[in-house]
Amino acid sequence: MENNTAIPVLSIQNVGKAYGENWVLSDVSMNIMPGEIHAICGENGAGKSTLMNILFGMPVIMQTGGYTGKIFIEGKECSITSPEQAIAKGIGMVHQEFMLIPGFTAGENIKLNREPLRDNPVSRVLGQRMKTVDFAQISRDSQATLDRLGVTLEEGRMVDSLPVGYMQFVEIAREIDKKNIKLLILDEPTAVLTESESEIVLRIVKRLSKMGIAVLLITHRIGDIMEVADMVTILRDGKNVRTVAVADTTAGEIAQMMVGRDLDLSAIEKRTETLSEEVVLSVRNFKVDMPGEAVKGVDLQVRKGEILGIGGLAGQGKIGIANGLMGLFPATGEAVVFGKALKLNSPKSSINAGLAFVSEDRRRMGFAPDLSIAENIAAPAMLNYNQFFNNLLFFKQIDEKTVRENAKKYIDEFQIKCTGPDQAVGTLSGGNQQKVCVASALMLTPKILLVSEPTRGIDVGAKNMVLKTIARINREQGVTVIFTSSELAELRQICDRIAIISDGTVSDILPADASSEAIGLAMSGNRR
Amino acid sequence: MKKAKQLLLSNMVPVLFGIICIIGIILSGTPISTILSDLVNRFDRNILLVLSLIIPVTCGMGMNFGIVLGAMCGQMGLIAVTIMGIDGIGGILAAALMAFFAAIICGFLAGKILNRTKGQEMITSMIVGYFSNGIYQFIFLFVVGGIIKVESDIILSGGVGIKNTVALDNMQYALDNLSIFGISTRVDLFSGILFFSIFFAVLFLMQAALRHQFGKKQIIQLAACACCAAASQIMTRMPAFTVAKMLIRIPIPTFLLTIGVCLLIQQFMKTKLGQDMRAIGHDREVAGASGIKVDQIRIISVIISTVLAAWGQIIFYQNLGTMDAYYGHEKVGTFCVAAILIGGASVKKATIGQAVLGTILFHLLFNVSPLASQQLFNNSMVGGYFRMTLCYAVIAVALMLHVFETRAKDKEQRA
Amino acid sequence: METIKRGVRKFGMPRIIIIAFIIVILIGALLEGQDMAALISDSLVRVGQNMLLAVAMLPCILVGAGLNMGLAIGIVCGLLAGLLSVQFELVSWAGFLAACAMALLFGSIAGVLYGRLMNMVKGSEMLIGNYLGSAVVYLMCMFWFAAPFTNSTIIWPMGGTGVRTTVPVSDYYEKILNNFLAFQIGKVTVPTGLFLFVGAVCAVVYLFTRSRTGTVLRVAGNNQAFAGMIGVNVNRARIIGIALSTMLAAMGIVVYAQSYGFYQTYEGPLTMAFTPMAAILLGGATMRSVKIRHAVIGSFLIQILLTTALPVCNQLFPESNLSEVFRIIISNGIILYALSQAGGEGR
Repeated sequence: MENNTAIPVLSIQNVGKAYGENWVLSDVSMNIMPGEIHAICGENGAGKSTLMNILFGMPVIMQTGGYTGKIFIEGKECSITSPEQAIAKGIGMVHQEFMLIPGFTAGENIKLNREPLRDNPVSRVLGQRMKTVDFAQISRDSQATLDRLGVTLEEGRMVDSLPVGYMQFVEIAREIDKKNIKLLILDEPTAVLTESESEIVLRIVKRLSKMGIAVLLITHRIGDIMEVADMVTILRDGKNVRTVAVADTTAGEIAQMMVGRDLDLSAIEKRTETLSEEVVLSVRNFKVDMPGEAVKGVDLQVRKGEILGIGGLAGQGKIGIANGLMGLFPATGEAVVFGKALKLNSPKSSINAGLAFVSEDRRRMGFAPDLSIAENIAAPAMLNYNQFFNNLLFFKQIDEKTVRENAKKYIDEFQIKCTGPDQAVGTLSGGNQQKVCVASALMLTPKILLVSEPTRGIDVGAKNMVLKTIARINREQGVTVIFTSSELAELRQICDRIAIISDGTVSDILPADASSEAIGLAMSGNRR
Repeated sequence: MKKAKQLLLSNMVPVLFGIICIIGIILSGTPISTILSDLVNRFDRNILLVLSLIIPVTCGMGMNFGIVLGAMCGQMGLIAVTIMGIDGIGGILAAALMAFFAAIICGFLAGKILNRTKGQEMITSMIVGYFSNGIYQFIFLFVVGGIIKVESDIILSGGVGIKNTVALDNMQYALDNLSIFGISTRVDLFSGILFFSIFFAVLFLMQAALRHQFGKKQIIQLAACACCAAASQIMTRMPAFTVAKMLIRIPIPTFLLTIGVCLLIQQFMKTKLGQDMRAIGHDREVAGASGIKVDQIRIISVIISTVLAAWGQIIFYQNLGTMDAYYGHEKVGTFCVAAILIGGASVKKATIGQAVLGTILFHLLFNVSPLASQQLFNNSMVGGYFRMTLCYAVIAVALMLHVFETRAKDKEQRA
Repeated sequence: METIKRGVRKFGMPRIIIIAFIIVILIGALLEGQDMAALISDSLVRVGQNMLLAVAMLPCILVGAGLNMGLAIGIVCGLLAGLLSVQFELVSWAGFLAACAMALLFGSIAGVLYGRLMNMVKGSEMLIGNYLGSAVVYLMCMFWFAAPFTNSTIIWPMGGTGVRTTVPVSDYYEKILNNFLAFQIGKVTVPTGLFLFVGAVCAVVYLFTRSRTGTVLRVAGNNQAFAGMIGVNVNRARIIGIALSTMLAAMGIVVYAQSYGFYQTYEGPLTMAFTPMAAILLGGATMRSVKIRHAVIGSFLIQILLTTALPVCNQLFPESNLSEVFRIIISNGIILYALSQAGGEGR
């Protein structure tokens, strides 16, 4: 960590990236010195992945118009337009989804596409590709690298037989096996690891730093940051909120900087009457097996007519609750809706109990992409309540006219930008697709509406619209709302109470006007 | 005991088929020598075709039903050679050369199409096969003689299109029975066993020398060779085996060629290209992300497969002696895929051993079922249908098993 | 230029090529002095004869299982039904309708089983369906061989057991639909009954797609996850779709046989799936979206092409049997094109 050169190994100046009109990253600058461990943290959508993709020259950046700003590596300005270029310049990256070949050994993975080769008679004629792979050399080199990392692992083991943490080590080993590596980007390295494996990764990071390799640690685990990082940059809404030495700040401060935000959306009208104490939905010891968002035992009680917010950091389980309640992922525990026990793991039962869901995974389960707006909006009501049908002899026939008129109603109300109710939903923009999803959920006339990340990836205008609509049906029709979101501002704007989920359980339930600090602390949990 | 049980379970398919074959042999009432003689011929004909399936599997493209294209290229080579009137081994080699170039082109085109349908390679290769069959039929039904005027015996009397069956008399056994200095190389069973025992002994010794390995494994290998050699010389003198000695002929050159191809495939997998193919086969996205040129290499794997299939079909017909010009290649894809699946291969993994075992079992079954059904039901047609049902059912079941396996593995990974 | 390009893409390259082909062939026919009336009459018959098989593809695509490559299973059910109707000496309308009824029955049973199997292999339905279909055809070959039919039309003339390769229905209900209310326009014969019947089936299928169950299938086929979320039992929907497909194929072969004159057993059904697939794709269906008009338009196009091409080619090249070759090239070419447009991994 102590290097007297004043030249940063990486210097980012005013870097930005827009997807269409949407600036996901703007005016970000930072310097990283050789051997420095620099953490980058922020909520989902803060711009961390985008920054990483830019630094590693990922195709998605170049294909959508490139980036603005300048990048300097060891003082020399460069533009990185492909992963090969990034690698050539000494940048290595360990992605969040493992980039390992499961059927190869650790050694073969470490040397992937850089295998040591030997000549043979055929290669002299047919060229480079026909050279024999020197498997013995692979073993020697890769074992040496693993040893350098301080990891006890035989390079000959098959990757698919390794525990997840060890896969992570192999990935790191692969990057530092590249001789010219100067900067290693680690994307959420401890996200899926056990405690002990995380410990090892953090030790490796410190070791790398001693070897003179700078580490860019992308993470939202504040505990990890406090333990190993030298510097931390907090990103929020695509901007660099602050870069500070870890020694000069605290966990709570970091949390606050991550989530605190100026309220710049128009306020939702406050309630005029007080809420009743009647509980309409309650869960006890609710567990949901949702990959990446596991719920490990949640107790909640939702009051009639309230808008209950569910917040928390990514991967902590907040998304799992609503998904579990709608029967989309295996759930266990007790759930009682309007006094009756809810049959779990059955979407139909949940719908019959009066629940409706606007999923956060809009693309995968929000709508049928090739069907029209009209049909999408009408579908849930059609298939559950037999609405929109005419009787023709012994056949029910779709009443096209009312379906389209119904759709037109929502198109006007939500201002869905489209060529008409017959347009295929798959061709709409994200925000408009979201409006369709909300509309189709409302068609079920639910008594309890679950919305999950309803404003993710949509522009400000649409955001407002969606929030206003949810507030309106809550006030006017008394629909209880469970509102899951990673955007604290919108939770504070619309919810009455906010339950913070950390590590799969309820960390705290706070009133909507609680301080950012209190909420941030609840989010970072009480671990480490 | 447990190990044996495990071995049995993990190789359920070949074991099952082995049992069916044995039942079939017993039921057929045919003497073993006759069966073996036929089996040797069938194996000789088909093994290279089945081997051609291995490389695309390794590259993650599943079962290349498009080897039909290669077979058609091979047939085109033979037809061209027959029209040009080249005989004997010269004809075979000329055909192989022409087929080589044709197969490269066809393999390239097929590879391009397959790259456009990643994830659906098997069904695409199947349709590519059917489509090209149509084009082939068009060429030989009509273009040859119709548009390209040709004077030859094999042209139909009207002058357009070639005959249904093309006699390859002057090329039959050209490779199987390549005579070296006047000595026939299509020898009787025991001479064949002797030759290959010595051959493999030398091979093992060379391998041991190259790898500086000489342990238990090498001793067992050499001992086995010695035993086979000895046994063959003893049995050749015993009257009980005279019939076998007369009936069963081992075509040394073809088998040598096949062994050569196997060795080449093994060595190929150890090259950079082979390693890249393996990487792509396991995980295409990761391979691509690490800079491996996925599309290019996939095309190369299809080209290699097509070329091997082309040569395989030439060997097929040089053994058979008459070529079914219009339909000879039709079922090549299906049969070879069934064979390798019976040998225990899967859509994700296919080895040389599985190809060999599968070819033996498949053709044994193929040969024996009409005979068995003749004995059982007094007609052989049912046996024919039975073997086709089995053939298709095997493929369907193997494909289904593959889906289940993949699903189970995904679930495991996510957990 | 741009509008032309957009128009072409919207209308579909394959359709343009095929229509161009048809025009060329018709011109060729005129020039050769072919009997145009006969050509047109034949085309009409072939269109009606084959249309139900193309319609059978619809429920399968609708429910998200792709093209029904295991159509042979439904066809085999229809063959069994047809042979039974002959065995029971049912003639005329009784025979035809009984065959249809039995076809629907057998088709539904087989279809449900087949649908169950397909549910186990979501994503690989076409590939596995193809081989299952072939396996079933050969299994039935063994059955045809030993089947205890006694009717002399069905079994081999030399006695013994076993069904013939082609079972003629000339004494039973051949062309009963075709001839029903048939009329002439000039020298062209219009097989009215055929079109009435096939049209009625198409109408029923159309009503079905717009019914509640049809909507369930459509939503389930377009996005399984979404459908599950709004309370649809996706597996059940798929079974219904595949069973319907099988039933339509079964009935389709009965209609085919009454028009063609024969039930083709043994290996007959093996390659019968490809032309209907090409037809519906040609009509504009994709793996993600299908309407009844796709089946209808596509059938017209492909059958007219194949029917008119035969005599024209035979006159040009009298020595050859090019029609079958044409069929292979065109059908498979269309399917290949559709596959490459779907771009793989796009399901």
